[in-house]
Amino acid sequence: MTDVTLDAGPSTGKTGWLTPFNLISGVILIGGAAILGVRFTHGLAATTNLSNTYPWGLWIGFDVMSGVALAAGGFVTSSAVYLFGMKEYKPIVRPALLTGFLGYFLVVLGLLADLGRPWRLPYPFIRSAGPTSPLFEVALCVALYLTVLFIESTPPVFEWLGLKWWRRLVGSMTIALTILGLILSTMHQSTLGAMFMVAPTRLHPLWYTSHIPVHFFVSAVAAGLAMVIVEGMISHRAFHHQVEISRERFEAINFGLAKAAAVTLAMYLAIKTVGIALEDEWHLLATGWGAWFLVEMVGFVLLPCLLFTVAYRERRLVLARVAAVITVIGIMLNRFNVSFIAYNWNRPTNEIYVPSWMEIWVTVAFITFAVVAFKWIANHMPIMYEHPDWKGVH
Amino acid sequence: MTVTRRGFIGGAVGAAITASTADAGTVKEFEGYPGRYGLLHDTTLCVGCRSCEVACKQVNGLPPVEQPIDDPSVFDTVRRTTETSLTVVNRYVDHEDGEPDVYRKLQCMHCNEPCCATVCPCHAFEKTPEGPVLYHPELCMGCRYCVMACPYYALAYEYEDPLTPKVMRCTMCYDRIKEGLHPGCADACPMGAITFGERDELIRIAHERIRKHPDRYIDHIFGEHEFGGTSWMVLAGTPFKDLDLDEGITTEPLPAIATSYLGVVPLVITLYPGLLLGMYAFSKRHEAVARSEREEAVAAAVAATEEDAQAKLAAAAERAKKDKERAVDAAVKKALAEAQEGGDS
Repeated sequence: MTDVTLDAGPSTGKTGWLTPFNLISGVILIGGAAILGVRFTHGLAATTNLSNTYPWGLWIGFDVMSGVALAAGGFVTSSAVYLFGMKEYKPIVRPALLTGFLGYFLVVLGLLADLGRPWRLPYPFIRSAGPTSPLFEVALCVALYLTVLFIESTPPVFEWLGLKWWRRLVGSMTIALTILGLILSTMHQSTLGAMFMVAPTRLHPLWYTSHIPVHFFVSAVAAGLAMVIVEGMISHRAFHHQVEISRERFEAINFGLAKAAAVTLAMYLAIKTVGIALEDEWHLLATGWGAWFLVEMVGFVLLPCLLFTVAYRERRLVLARVAAVITVIGIMLNRFNVSFIAYNWNRPTNEIYVPSWMEIWVTVAFITFAVVAFKWIANHMPIMYEHPDWKGVH
Repeated sequence: MTVTRRGFIGGAVGAAITASTADAGTVKEFEGYPGRYGLLHDTTLCVGCRSCEVACKQVNGLPPVEQPIDDPSVFDTVRRTTETSLTVVNRYVDHEDGEPDVYRKLQCMHCNEPCCATVCPCHAFEKTPEGPVLYHPELCMGCRYCVMACPYYALAYEYEDPLTPKVMRCTMCYDRIKEGLHPGCADACPMGAITFGERDELIRIAHERIRKHPDRYIDHIFGEHEFGGTSWMVLAGTPFKDLDLDEGITTEPLPAIATSYLGVVPLVITLYPGLLLGMYAFSKRHEAVARSEREEAVAAAVAATEEDAQAKLAAAAERAKKDKERAVDAAVKKALAEAQEGGDS
């Protein structure tokens, strides 16, 4: 097909395979594989700092909890464009869906590393179902949504391979897939929060609320929007020769995302405040945990909300990007708080969990894997631009 | 009381897959199996001898206690249950003035409505009619949500085992109970601080002790109602919060709280498609209206231009006609004048 124009990526062609990027990512990936080898020969105890009091650490707190939230950009942008008619955002749907698919793929990889017996992952569906468990619902939704994201990511592949009939078939399913994606995302993004409703004594009251499923969903929308801005920031530098839309149009898209993120963060701040008011927990703000809660709320919700607003009003792209990065870190901080920092807040301090270097390495390796995969796909398939044969088609 | 509270897809998937464990359809509120067993730990009688720890390890075939039973330094740190110690005794109140210290034994509380069973996506836990909560390792995929959820920090996991790790916890010596024996710890206690029996009977005994010795006990049985009640219950003379027990948080079973949100899920599945297709229709209609308005405007503009052109054409024709008439007039006048001039001369 039209590989001539597509193969001009920075890692291919003239420079060969021995680029600094490939070397560094190769070292990270090989190291990660080695650590996973140790994990499956010597156990979780040899590789992680997990304990009986902290059974969920970085691999769940980041790879699963944060990963799912940060991959929300896929359903947010595809809904905006295909369901709500915001056509001007069409150029970012493909990269966002690809980021979403790779994000969910990471979630599954992280889960496989973390589960005690990962080969039993299908057990809830084929052997012994526990439908009372929020995790059962999450597992079902993630499995289905990963499939939806996979199908939604195939048009570039079919265009690349020139499979016209398949491309038309998937194109005709766009609306149905987008609706299914939004349903599944609403459910599992919020149910990830609902998973913590079982622990009113173990999760600090400032984070524990009966509204936590809604908190998770709204913050995931903000995270998804921020991730699309961050992803655009990186990929438009890396793939600038592929980008067809004008600088003005790209900036206009970013300011639209910034505006949406500002509104979403403002709503999130509002429901967080409502959560404290409903439980009458104002006095807890004066404690040490309250200060830590305020760091999250002021530094990583209110601040980026204001920065997004200024960025949108004064058309300052750099500010929007700074706000997006802060939001992404803030979502990770929130998920860490809920799954292991403010969790077990009243346990003796000698039991505190700090991730081991091997847990961090494996997590970095998973992210590297996603970046390498994104780079390869974007260098070979029409992700950053529209395929000439399929311009303006769903 | 068994965890068949299906908020979620229960109706469809759950009922189909777990039909064998479904409860009777007519029962709305199940208060628990009658005559089920429990244990009562009277902390006012416990002296921290750790005989129960030793017995537990013997009957369960686990490695012996790490610190010797006569070494009091074990109480310097607060311990928790592990994969090899299914019960541990901690000292929570260390009286300097000769009053007896206060100890409490930790283990799985065998909740009436166990969190571990509710949150397990593989249905690997079972609340037996006899009272003990049992774990079936052959169904477990190792997500450790149960370890995460337990409000008593009673579950442990075999992190050392690379391929076949299991959740480890007190089984209330289910096999011994089935044989008519008592749990190992209850038999081993030299102080009579652990009483085994039917749960209802234990509650009567506990209330009787409180009534007889109001100065010795706090008027409360921990586990009678907390989080829906437990099979292991605790009597104490010191506030329960000093014994690291969360008293007075809620008497509602945690599984009910944990699954309350799942009721929203069927609503999302049923309402979203209509709502979203409605939004899609709105945006489509918006586009269609905009398009037809644009077409109308274009048509109107074209018509106006055409009319304008027609008018201009007509005016030009009129003007040409007038010019022509004027020219003819002028020519006629000129010819007449010339004729006149010619006649005059």
